[in-house]
Amino acid sequence: MTTSVAESVVCFHCGEPCEDITWLSDKPFCCEGCKTVFEILSANNLCTYYQLDGQAGTSLKNARTGSYAYLDAPEVRQKLLSFDSPDLSRIMFHVPAVHCISCIWLLENLRKLNPGVIKAEVSFGLKTVAIAFDPRQVKLSELASLLAAVGYAPVIALDDGQDTVTKSASGRTLVYKLAIAGFCFGNIMLFSFPEYLGLDQHDGSLKSIFSWLNLALSVPVFFYSASEYFVSAFRSFRQKQINIDVPIAAGLVALFLRSTFDILSGTGPGYLDSFTGLVFFLLIGRWFQGKTYESLAFDRDFKSYFPLAVNRLVDHVWKPAIIYDLKKGDILKIRNMEIVPADSILKDHDALFDYSFVTGEAKPIKIKKGERVYAGGRLIGQPATLTVEKITSQSHLTSLWNNETFRKTEERQYQKIIDRSARKFTWIVIALANVTAGVWYVLAPHQMWLVLTSVLMVACPCALALAAPFTFGSMLRVFGKHGLYLKNADVIERLAAIDAVVFDKTGTVTYGREPVVEFTGDLTGLEREAIKILTAASTHPLSMIISRSIHAAHTHDLSNFKERPGKGVQGVIAGKFIKVGSAEFVGFYEKLDPQASVVFVSVDEEVRGYFTITVKIRPQLKNMLARLGKKCVALLSGDNNADKASMQKVFQPFVTLLFNQDPHDKLAFIQNLQQDGKKVMMVGDGLNDSGALKQSNVGLAISDDSGIFTPACDGILDGTQLNNLDKFLDLARYSSIILKIAFSISFFYNAIALSFAVTGHLTPLVAAILMPVSSISVVGFSTLAVNFVARRKLVRALT
Amino acid sequence: MGIIILLISISLVIAVGFLLSFLWSMKSGQFDDTYSPSVRMLFEDKPEPEHQPEPESQPESANDEKK
Repeated sequence: MTTSVAESVVCFHCGEPCEDITWLSDKPFCCEGCKTVFEILSANNLCTYYQLDGQAGTSLKNARTGSYAYLDAPEVRQKLLSFDSPDLSRIMFHVPAVHCISCIWLLENLRKLNPGVIKAEVSFGLKTVAIAFDPRQVKLSELASLLAAVGYAPVIALDDGQDTVTKSASGRTLVYKLAIAGFCFGNIMLFSFPEYLGLDQHDGSLKSIFSWLNLALSVPVFFYSASEYFVSAFRSFRQKQINIDVPIAAGLVALFLRSTFDILSGTGPGYLDSFTGLVFFLLIGRWFQGKTYESLAFDRDFKSYFPLAVNRLVDHVWKPAIIYDLKKGDILKIRNMEIVPADSILKDHDALFDYSFVTGEAKPIKIKKGERVYAGGRLIGQPATLTVEKITSQSHLTSLWNNETFRKTEERQYQKIIDRSARKFTWIVIALANVTAGVWYVLAPHQMWLVLTSVLMVACPCALALAAPFTFGSMLRVFGKHGLYLKNADVIERLAAIDAVVFDKTGTVTYGREPVVEFTGDLTGLEREAIKILTAASTHPLSMIISRSIHAAHTHDLSNFKERPGKGVQGVIAGKFIKVGSAEFVGFYEKLDPQASVVFVSVDEEVRGYFTITVKIRPQLKNMLARLGKKCVALLSGDNNADKASMQKVFQPFVTLLFNQDPHDKLAFIQNLQQDGKKVMMVGDGLNDSGALKQSNVGLAISDDSGIFTPACDGILDGTQLNNLDKFLDLARYSSIILKIAFSISFFYNAIALSFAVTGHLTPLVAAILMPVSSISVVGFSTLAVNFVARRKLVRALT
Repeated sequence: MGIIILLISISLVIAVGFLLSFLWSMKSGQFDDTYSPSVRMLFEDKPEPEHQPEPESQPESANDEKK
């Protein structure tokens, strides 16, 4: 089939190429949805939207229309609204479609579209819009529908709220600590300079004033900014595990106490500039590493996929009810394309359910009246009523989440490289401190404490603690620039150890969920239209795919429609008798490639050709897989093996190809690999991969649109960047090499400083020079090295 | 000597003032979103036009086309 795609024509609203153009005035639109948005905006004099950023809109081609009626239920309102009073309510909507200036402009001008909106404010980073509205004039459901109508459908989840609040609050605390440490560090440096530059003897009083000021300034740093290091060190002591914070805390305490002692006894100016500088640098490292992609969610579970509410029969009236409130025996009404929220029994008529969401198998399953429907099935066709059998939290699908995989903490399974080095380092420091103390006890007992504290002070592995945050933090940013968004910097370390990669098929290896339909043969425009009308009448998956692939007007009526299960459909349109179905059904007897799905067409009993339905595999995937080589271990697909041949072409011969895998099978497969000592990375995209994603050492979710739901994972990879997966793995490995070099640099400085300390020559000036120099050179080295390697690997590859 | 102490105390008071104002601005959420305010200030409200420009030509393709 050759659809005429006018490539030069792009949609005025969303900027996507139009396949069949709908014109309004002189402006082309790709679909009715985009046109409707334009109509709404132009009617309300909001066309500035298009001037700010050309073709700013989001395509509404694949938009799902849902009812927001449940939002008006009092218990839902109460959960969602941040403030509620009779004449003013506030709500925060998460709107993933926000992506440019025009989006901000339109959403903030929402009051022009509906007078009930008092104020709307967009937060671009978080992709949220906070709306204050008058509940007497506009209902919450109308507000959500309005947003959806202009292309900014809100994503509503009842238990989302607190998460983002705590995340931003902990980020803020770190900035407070950083600000105070930086402030005190700067001032203490200033007050320490006169001492270093040489104050005269008769300035003794000035000297002591400066010292006391320094001491006062360092108190908040010790008790507030540095507090988490002490807490962490204490905790690791209690767990009998030494982490990097133990030597840091020891060093900080030694620095502070020794300086306090020096100042109080008037024996010296102390090392307070080194102390505050150390805390300041450490906190910078923590802040740098703490970058997170706030608008992306990495910890969604099945609940995010479920509807929030369904229609429940209460006293002979259908009322929206939250799914958590469903009880056994409740009667529900599910409409076309809605998801069944709980295991239930089908009550009124046979219906088709699409379980692709749970199992990955795209072909809908027919359920007979009285049979059980599992939660997660999507109804296709006529509305159906169901009786709830098990509540959502006990349903078959939810049982996957009760698997122990979902309870484990990631920290337990992985010993961070920084902690392994810290353990060795700590023992060396303790040994060295003891030996030094012993030697000085013999030589000059009155100096022993001074030397011992000096050793602890300079042994403080500040540079060591900075190496990891800056190496991994820089790599995290590099990855983010190239479409790989990791949950946190620790993932890079696990990524570096990966030696087995497992892929999911649909949506991961193949592009999206829509297959490619090609027609071999000749058809007139009218015949194409007739086939569209005919196939649209059937709910068979292949019919639906064909119907969607044909873009033609719908101007004729269908008569004598007949569907023959397992064979095909037939009907009369515009006087032509059309049959669409299997070879036998239309009377075609040549041999064809048996692997692809083929659907034949006959017009007036004359075979006119056939549709070949193949999945579209992502471009350049084969090269990437070849580069991955032996690391690519398996393909796990929930679908049937219809695509086996095309998959064999893409994957190397030694790769295991498994089909008909349900979520539990996938999880078990990963577990088996891990028991063989492999570090496994799972690349998947759907809810059916979520068990495997969670079980694997690194789970990457593929997303072609950052607004779309991704299951719980360690990282989200932009679908277009999948062909760089091997490079990302290489870069992760390079970053551990860089980290090791940075470690040796920091050990080198520590050795120099220790040589001063054990011989008793560690003056405040030496400390004040050595500590910042070591920190800066480690930070500089790791940041530059990461960016250099990334440029060599990624940028060159992309251009 | 005395003047140095005076100057130091003045400078410290000013510096603490700036620190506090930073902490306050952080607390009040001014750094939460660093992008939208920068473009928001450039938006302007257009005066309402006298007549609504009506779309002149009707869409050519049929409207009943469904995806």
